[in-house]
Amino acid sequence: MKQKVAELLAEDARYSLSDIASMTGEDEEEIEKIIEELEEENILLGYGAVVDWSQLGKVRAYVEIDVELDRDTNYGDIAERIKRFEEVYSLRLVSGSYDFGVELMADSMEEISRFISQKIAPMEEVKKTVTHFVMDTFKDTGMEFEESKDERLSISP
Amino acid sequence: MKIAERVNKVPPSGIRRFFEIAEELDNVISLGVGEPDFPPPWDARKAASVSLERGYTSYTTNRGKKEVREAISKYVKKWDLSYSFEDEILITTGVSEGVDLAIRALVEKNDKVAIVSPSYVSYLPVTIFAGGDPLLVSTNQENKFKISYKLLEESGASDADILILSYPNNPTGAIMEKKDLKEVADFAKENDIFIVSDEVYSELTYGKRHFSIASLKGMKKRSIVLNGFSKAYAMTGMRLGYALGPKEIISAMNRIHQYTMLSAPTTAQNAACQALESRDEVQRMKKEFDKRRRFTLSRLDKVGIDCFKAEGAFYLFPKCPRNNDETFAEDLLKEEKVALVPGRVFGDEGKGHLRLSYATDMDDLKKAMERLERFVN
Repeated sequence: MKQKVAELLAEDARYSLSDIASMTGEDEEEIEKIIEELEEENILLGYGAVVDWSQLGKVRAYVEIDVELDRDTNYGDIAERIKRFEEVYSLRLVSGSYDFGVELMADSMEEISRFISQKIAPMEEVKKTVTHFVMDTFKDTGMEFEESKDERLSISP
Repeated sequence: MKIAERVNKVPPSGIRRFFEIAEELDNVISLGVGEPDFPPPWDARKAASVSLERGYTSYTTNRGKKEVREAISKYVKKWDLSYSFEDEILITTGVSEGVDLAIRALVEKNDKVAIVSPSYVSYLPVTIFAGGDPLLVSTNQENKFKISYKLLEESGASDADILILSYPNNPTGAIMEKKDLKEVADFAKENDIFIVSDEVYSELTYGKRHFSIASLKGMKKRSIVLNGFSKAYAMTGMRLGYALGPKEIISAMNRIHQYTMLSAPTTAQNAACQALESRDEVQRMKKEFDKRRRFTLSRLDKVGIDCFKAEGAFYLFPKCPRNNDETFAEDLLKEEKVALVPGRVFGDEGKGHLRLSYATDMDDLKKAMERLERFVN
């Protein structure tokens, strides 16, 4: 049930307790209890909206960051420093040819370039960064940015 | 130019007028769609496109491709049905053709055909086109839109030659369980009635498993089961269905089919085997429908609209909050831009109801329910 409730809230954080109760067949008090548990266990971290930031003039970029660890520094230590910058929208340690995948958001490309060159690149552990500016977004957090066309007849038997 | 009387007897579908109004308006949220809002399973689409790429577009045998009939023979075992791919299965152009073939193959002039009301729009016209005499068996919310021995008796169905069953039902969403169908089977045996059972929504039942009347003892020889790929595999436009029945009747249906249709669409047949294997996608779609069904039932309840708790298909059939379902649906469409289908389209017993299809995404469903609430209050 926990997973079902989390799935529904991820789909639409504005579902009311009674909506979730009706869709899962549980009663409202039980759903309220499950949501509290999910919050306490840090499974439900927040209730943000999916926004098309480009329409509000924001610029986004993905940055691949390669780091070098030493005896006293692990990935967690580096992540701890990077995640604190408000320009950092998401931060993930990934497998593959680089270590961290960082999503940045700012008011302009210059701002992002400046942020990387002044805040990220100078970090002692950072060996290399590769920046990809986002040209267009088609889907984010499961949401399609332009609804697929419904070609069905509007009314059929 | 003279149009044949049996055609003139049948009025145009009542859905047409609503369709035209809806098409004129912008930003209409339609809860009037009788087909899933999902694409067909990916493997089925891939199989269709590969077959087109290779140019496999010739006719197939009249009865349909052997491997498709074999796959269907294996698949229907899940409903405890056993039909030989060789002579007991016919691949049709959608269930619609199956209904037409079954009725034309079985109905003599003035034979009585019992039809459950409300039900899908084609049974009555097809009966009239075939020269049959329709006999309506009226169901309602009080009897959960099911038929029973008693109801058949009271409706005068003992005189019927054929009974067309359609459960899970469009437009009510009602289902018939084994115990319900046993009564119908007993009635059919006692009165020597042949059953044509349209089971196209068989995959879409919620909480209870579909049951086919033909799986009851002694019923295979007096039943034609019609099913297809439109609803379970979201392949409406691909037009693919199948008929299961005694070999003599399948052969008679095939005789009409070979002269009027020749064979069912080849590209659809080339996608059929892959569709039948795509169980996971069907389950995902069904889970989503069930969620929407529960949500919509709960919202209707909050708005104070009385609605039967449908357990099948993707329709709800609430009572209309005003006297006339037709004017209600028209006003709702014009004022709030929400399209529902007036219940009367599906037969007189549908009057005073509205058909609500939840084959639309949650976002639109939520908005539509808000608009409906505003309109009603």
